[in-house]
Amino acid sequence: MTARRIGLVAWHVFKESVRDRVLYAIGVFALLLVASSFLIGQITAGQDVKIIKDLGLATIELAGVLMTVFIGVGLVAREIERRSIHGLLAKPLPRWEFIVGKYLGLLLTITVNVAAMAAALYLMLAWMNWESPLNIRRSWDAPATDVRLLISVLLIYAELALLTAIALFFSTFSSSALWSVVFTVGLFIAGLESEDLRNFGDIVDAPIMARLVSAIGWVVPAFSAFDVKAQVVHGVHVPAAFVAHTLLYALLYILVALGAAVVVFSRREFK
Amino acid sequence: MSTVVRTDRLTKDFSTGFWRPRPHRALDALTFDIPAGGVFGLLGPNGAGKSTTLKLLVGLLWPTSGTAELLGRPVGDPVAHQRLGFLPEHPTFYDQLSAEELLVYFAGLFGYSGPERHARATRVLDLVGLGADRRRPMRQYSKGMVQRVGLAQALVNDPKFVMLDEPMSGLDPIGRREVRELILRLRDEGRTVLFSSHILSDAELLCSRVGILNKGRLVASGTVAELAASAGEGGQGWEVVVTSLPAAAADRLAPRVRRVTSIAEGRYSIELGSDVRPEPLVAELTAAGAALVSVTTLRTTLEDAFLKAIGSADRGQKAEGTGQRAEGGGPQA
Repeated sequence: MTARRIGLVAWHVFKESVRDRVLYAIGVFALLLVASSFLIGQITAGQDVKIIKDLGLATIELAGVLMTVFIGVGLVAREIERRSIHGLLAKPLPRWEFIVGKYLGLLLTITVNVAAMAAALYLMLAWMNWESPLNIRRSWDAPATDVRLLISVLLIYAELALLTAIALFFSTFSSSALWSVVFTVGLFIAGLESEDLRNFGDIVDAPIMARLVSAIGWVVPAFSAFDVKAQVVHGVHVPAAFVAHTLLYALLYILVALGAAVVVFSRREFK
Repeated sequence: MSTVVRTDRLTKDFSTGFWRPRPHRALDALTFDIPAGGVFGLLGPNGAGKSTTLKLLVGLLWPTSGTAELLGRPVGDPVAHQRLGFLPEHPTFYDQLSAEELLVYFAGLFGYSGPERHARATRVLDLVGLGADRRRPMRQYSKGMVQRVGLAQALVNDPKFVMLDEPMSGLDPIGRREVRELILRLRDEGRTVLFSSHILSDAELLCSRVGILNKGRLVASGTVAELAASAGEGGQGWEVVVTSLPAAAADRLAPRVRRVTSIAEGRYSIELGSDVRPEPLVAELTAAGAALVSVTTLRTTLEDAFLKAIGSADRGQKAEGTGQRAEGGGPQA
């Protein structure tokens, strides 16, 4: 029964998300970016496939982040703000199931979108491959439809799954969706710079400040670790152990964020 | 089960103020039972604590102190929620979904299978008069239609106990009448209905029992008849309505009647106490040239009982406050 209820909440989130105008706006934005990479590729002889790969992966990541922030945050915060949660929590639905269902629903939305964008990228690369003469293809660092691109897609997906859990966590306790967006984006940016934050002591001569900033660098999610776009675009080997560790890190962080979201949400009152 | 709701000294404080939060008591030691069957009206002016009580019973708020039971189980127990229907105040749902999709979703949360979910959604949407619009996205619905969706979702699980927070809110006169009929129908089917309202005419028509809240305290409870009786004899008697009442005749009436009021279109309302028979008075007035319009019995209404209960409570609180000030705050020699 628990699994069934969670599944229902998740399916409802997916249905609601795919009808959200925000999703279509992000989709159009992603298409424009991919199209622009194609145009840039046309005027940059010999580098076109790298540019398409690079911009394509960046588009998948950026569109995914926008989706997570603008749809993910609204999942719970908007329900609280608009009070639709009042009717829902009167049903025999434990609060933890609600949170897990919401998370899985958004993850499903992101899965479908990331898969669609990755498929579109591969189609474009396949066309490039088919269109390019042999001598050009030989000059490339890696084949156009290099399967290693999927490693980057997988890590982007893990990054988005982690960001979703964080967005959900913030949306359980802030009083408006706007604050949840601000907190989530703030933590995402800090996470992208986590490596620099950890090594802050190397560039400043203030030990207390350096320790404090370094501690923040270790606590915030290390989003920079998920970025292997440059390696896969240039055909550089990405070790399997690194990928496994990064995925495990994401999984643990997701469990912690979801656990915290459940604890906060279970104690929350709805006036 | 003989009792659907039982509260014992249920109290709720909210913090108000950002810099220096202070507790505000929204509900003060509420103790009451709602027996199974019938319609219970939770009445009170705005801010009396009606919605707070309902939210505490549903588990949207946690009590500061005291306890509450719903359908024989502690508040928040999913088993109780399985048999509960709840309409929140000013309900909102999901703009992207149709009413049918919402109802199918909610029915699923109660554990019904696919075909059963659709059947239940269709049945309750027909019941609230939304059958024809059930596939339209809810963002296109009027406020009244959303209120009907709210009622439908409260009934999708065939609940034993239905809690409705201001169910007439946002409805036009026809909608209000339909909701009244629906509540009576639920009662006739053997369900218990608890609804909150500040519209006393609705409560008088529907309720078998009422509780009156004022400033977080339960100031009166019982059947409508009991409360009316407790409001006193003063409200009972007769009302004689006449036209063309000569001024001299009106003056002669004054010592014998409760009051004479000029109402619309040259008519006068003459209120008599229950110890005065209207027949001799009517004969006297017609002889003096007045024309009789109507004679009706006056009875104490729920409104009288409500105003009396609220008035007594306010006076009691004032006296309490004055007493406290006199005890603790008197001038020092």
